[in-house]
Amino acid sequence: MTRALDLLALIGRGAFATLATAGQVAIFALVGLSHLLRPPFHARQFWRHFAEIAYFSLPVVALTALFTGMVLALQSHTGFSRFGAETALPSLVVLSITRELGPVLAGLMVAGRIGAAMAAEIGTMRVTDQIDALTTLSTDPMRYLVVPRLLAGTLALPPLVLVADILGVLGGFLIATLQLGFVPQGYLDATWDVLETMDVVSGLVKAAVFGFLIALMGCWCGYTSRGGAQGVGQATTRAVVAASILILAFDYVLTAAFFKQ
Amino acid sequence: MSETPKIRLRGLRKAFGEKQVLDGVDLEVRARHSMVLLGGSGSGKSVTVKCILGLIPPDEGVIEIDGQDVAKLSRRDRAALLDRTGMLFQNGALFDSLPVWENVCFKLLAQRRITRRAARDRAAEVLAQVGLAASVGDLSPAELSGGMQKRVALARAIAAQPDIIFFDEPTTGLDPIMGAVIDGLIVDCVERLGATAFSITHDMASARRIGDDAAMIHKGRIVWTGSAEALGHTGHPMVDQFANGSREGPIQMELRR
Repeated sequence: MTRALDLLALIGRGAFATLATAGQVAIFALVGLSHLLRPPFHARQFWRHFAEIAYFSLPVVALTALFTGMVLALQSHTGFSRFGAETALPSLVVLSITRELGPVLAGLMVAGRIGAAMAAEIGTMRVTDQIDALTTLSTDPMRYLVVPRLLAGTLALPPLVLVADILGVLGGFLIATLQLGFVPQGYLDATWDVLETMDVVSGLVKAAVFGFLIALMGCWCGYTSRGGAQGVGQATTRAVVAASILILAFDYVLTAAFFKQ
Repeated sequence: MSETPKIRLRGLRKAFGEKQVLDGVDLEVRARHSMVLLGGSGSGKSVTVKCILGLIPPDEGVIEIDGQDVAKLSRRDRAALLDRTGMLFQNGALFDSLPVWENVCFKLLAQRRITRRAARDRAAEVLAQVGLAASVGDLSPAELSGGMQKRVALARAIAAQPDIIFFDEPTTGLDPIMGAVIDGLIVDCVERLGATAFSITHDMASARRIGDDAAMIHKGRIVWTGSAEALGHTGHPMVDQFANGSREGPIQMELRR
């Protein structure tokens, strides 16, 4: 009986701690968003992070999307051929990529690359007194460190996902036409016929939300890190794990909102 | 009538969890004088400075600057007060992502008091004041030695011409010669600006070089104040033990086995 109560207490404490952290993250995000509307703005910081996300993440996101499109075409063809439904391949590829795989995979790749870097940079600044130094130099750390990153994450991911969408579809097209015997014009016509504006827009909205979440978790985990190199390492891991889970959770929420039957 | 102290602390208390770090700190710092706060590791020196700068809110007590209670100031007035202060951090706390010249003129640039072109010239001028060539301005902080980083941090602290400058362990991690050089620069800069200096250190040689007045904090309380020149022969057993680095005396190390 005592053990059962101990277990219950442990679960309860864990649940309360999780709720408390969620509340702190929400307040952190709201403070960051409130600063978006009031000057001063640190445009130089914004462009630095925008370039880091949108430009320097391009190779990894592009390769991921290209190979995902190729694998998707190959695997789907294997499955569809059992039912004689090979003609559904272009539709499956383009809808999967634009609605789901483009934003989610780009988000996860950027979470690994940028979320970790943000947490490491801000965490190092925290443990080496650089954040306190900002305050003593009459600069609000939230405005200088967090707001430009939140904005950059939100605005940089949609164009990245647009590129991922194009390359993902291209990957499927290449495999379908070069290996699976599809006629190029027929494949493209089938792709255009099924694709609707909403498919692309929903993916881009997801991308903006994912970009915000990646930057938020990178900033939050870095900002609250403690205890030297080990603390920074833990913050980096937490940032990537939390951002990845949030991306998957919000993907469901947004999908349900966009494509409710 | 005596002059209003530049900084006055009354009954400052701060605890972190169970640990009472500041336990009623009372201290006055005279305007245009250099105060050195001495104390062992964990005695509350850094927390005192962080409370004055508003980096940590105290649990109790009053912090007055120029006779004004900092806690009662509006947000704008507190920001204006912070504008008049400079701080040299123990490890420099230079921003890795910026070149030296941007570090030096960070405050001026952040407040848009200066253009980027003018900031480069101003950085060269201030770097010269701390004995560094203008070409150092183009380097990144990671390319500098420890002594150079301290000089750049000092340049950053004085670039906006503050009237109160805080120094957190300015000579820690430096060899004795470089420590003396930094102390000399601190004295020069403070005199040139006509500023009030508040330093925390446990380096006795440094304390004597840079301080006019000194105080000792032990277990979160000020146990002695007096002239920095008197350090080592104050007649206060705790201060003399600390200044002379003696194992015998009222201060006993808390060792964990």
